[in-house]
Amino acid sequence: MQLLQLIVSGAAIGCIYALIALGFVLIYKATETVNFAQGDLMMIGGFIGLTAMTVAGLPFWLAFLLTIVAMALFGMGTERLVLRPLLGQPAFTMVMMTIGLGYLARGVVTMIPYWGTETHTLPVPYKDEVIWLGGEGTGLVVSVEHLVIIVATVALVALLYAFFRYTRLGIAMQATSQNQLAAFYMGIPVRRVNMLIWGLSSAICGVAGLLLAPITFVHANMGFVGLKAFPAAVVGGFGSIPGALVGGLIIGIVESLAGFYLPEGFKDIAAYVVVLIMLVVKPNGLFGDNLTKKV
Amino acid sequence: MHFIFKTRYEQDINLFRHGGQIFWYAALALALLCAPWLLSEYTLSQITFIGIYAIVCLGLMLLAGFTGQVSLGHAGFLAMGAYTEAYLQANGWPFMISLPMSALVAGITGIMIGLPALRVKGMYLSIATLAFGFILEQVVVSAEHITGGNAGRQVEKLIIAGVDFDDGTNFYYLVTVIAVICVLGVLNLLRSPTGRAFVAIRDSEVSAQSMGINLAHYKTVAFALSAALAGIAGALYAHKIRIITPDQFGFLQSIELLMMVVIGGLGSIQGAIFGPAFWFVVQQLIVTGKDWLPPELGQQTGLQPTIFGIILIAIVLFEPMGLYGRWLKFRTFLEIFPFYRKGMFKRQKSYMKSERLK
Repeated sequence: MQLLQLIVSGAAIGCIYALIALGFVLIYKATETVNFAQGDLMMIGGFIGLTAMTVAGLPFWLAFLLTIVAMALFGMGTERLVLRPLLGQPAFTMVMMTIGLGYLARGVVTMIPYWGTETHTLPVPYKDEVIWLGGEGTGLVVSVEHLVIIVATVALVALLYAFFRYTRLGIAMQATSQNQLAAFYMGIPVRRVNMLIWGLSSAICGVAGLLLAPITFVHANMGFVGLKAFPAAVVGGFGSIPGALVGGLIIGIVESLAGFYLPEGFKDIAAYVVVLIMLVVKPNGLFGDNLTKKV
Repeated sequence: MHFIFKTRYEQDINLFRHGGQIFWYAALALALLCAPWLLSEYTLSQITFIGIYAIVCLGLMLLAGFTGQVSLGHAGFLAMGAYTEAYLQANGWPFMISLPMSALVAGITGIMIGLPALRVKGMYLSIATLAFGFILEQVVVSAEHITGGNAGRQVEKLIIAGVDFDDGTNFYYLVTVIAVICVLGVLNLLRSPTGRAFVAIRDSEVSAQSMGINLAHYKTVAFALSAALAGIAGALYAHKIRIITPDQFGFLQSIELLMMVVIGGLGSIQGAIFGPAFWFVVQQLIVTGKDWLPPELGQQTGLQPTIFGIILIAIVLFEPMGLYGRWLKFRTFLEIFPFYRKGMFKRQKSYMKSERLK
């Protein structure tokens, strides 16, 4: 029963990793940029939600929607302003740019009035509630916060699946991520699609931020959780959407188990140990395409 | 602009290309020599920090700027050097032996971290080094009997052959001499077959391999040397700070080292020195400027990351060669005045080098 308990709470955190990893994967597939600021996007999402709920006094659902819209616009703006001018530059230039953006974001956020350096609590309606599965007191106790994360992630992934499968824009995004040049010849406005992908990815991170906020609180260094999404993305195979989900769950559960069964300190590095093993054993990840570059 | 008419092969090998360079570098050496008499103790201590960071940046430049392997865990090597030095010194080893040992321990760690580099590249390598950086930090926290854990470890006074190097001036000279030796070493390395192989690997792994360069060997060597330089700097850092804690060597430190290198100018030795020098000067300016700013802005802790973030973004957007590139342009402007044209340093339009299979 304890094992099951650990797996459920691990899976909930894993879903957060999965959502951030999903953001990486979308951007990486479309633009071949590794976005090191993904976690910081999540942090900004958390702060926007917080402001909407506490300062503006909006109800949770409205704040949720507002965060998604604001984050999408923010992501699109970032792409347009600082990343598009670098189109065609080596991958390292892009990586350095996103590292700079993350560094900047952590600094700027602390200077915004009310956001600051303090730790805030997001007043969600389901705070500190638990549900007993299989009988009160004897069965599995699941906190509603964890349950909401899992349910929301599943719903979001299903929505994304439908979006990529059935809508024109989703199919255009798939085409762009497979071959930019061919997509361009087919009349797809590749640059605009890239911008929309940044918007989509940021919006997903915003959702992740709101879901994570009740567990870890909202603060300027919240974005460092995003660094654990890299292992998730690599384990799943960088560039695979189902891979990001599975990778996130694996990392989350391993971390949760390591925190309980292994000595102190292992919890924080479990994700990195897993990713190193993965890189040595199977660098392409579980779901990655096994492609080699031709000269 | 100097057009050097080469008449002997030795001219290709000379460290200085013309008399002007000898003059200016001699002037710099003289200035460094006289600095303790001219500058205040505080400024001297800041210059010592610049020297220490220049040694790390030199290593990172060798790896990222000349071999093309980006490391996001470089602070880990710094930690290895610092803790090795602290531990050996406490056990009575003389500095002359413990410093090379710090470099050796860091270098061996570098080889271990370089091993995944033989299998993975690009972004995967960055993630592997990032993972190693976090694991090393945790190892330092856990190995309490050696490192003192999160509480930190005190480093004893540095005394070499009866001379007290805890004194600002002496330590300044020590760091400067070591930094100059490191710069000359790297400079010579880059003119040797090994250095040429590094640059070839950076420019194209496939063509380097087809020229007969053993990728595995040279990448490992690059990691080892880079880490060893970081180890030397770490040992000096330990003596400078006197109290070392694991959080000084975290992910943020790695990122800041990388930022210094990029700001200085990727792919140039000068950049490895410009980067930390610029970093400390700006840091000092922020500290001094704080008092003139309105308190709502000046007292913010986020001011410094914001400014450095903006500088980095501006450099990446407008000056990919960093401060060194800007200096090259300015120098050319002066040298050929008034014939400087805007497009003289224009980059060739590069097309996306896709890692994908097309």
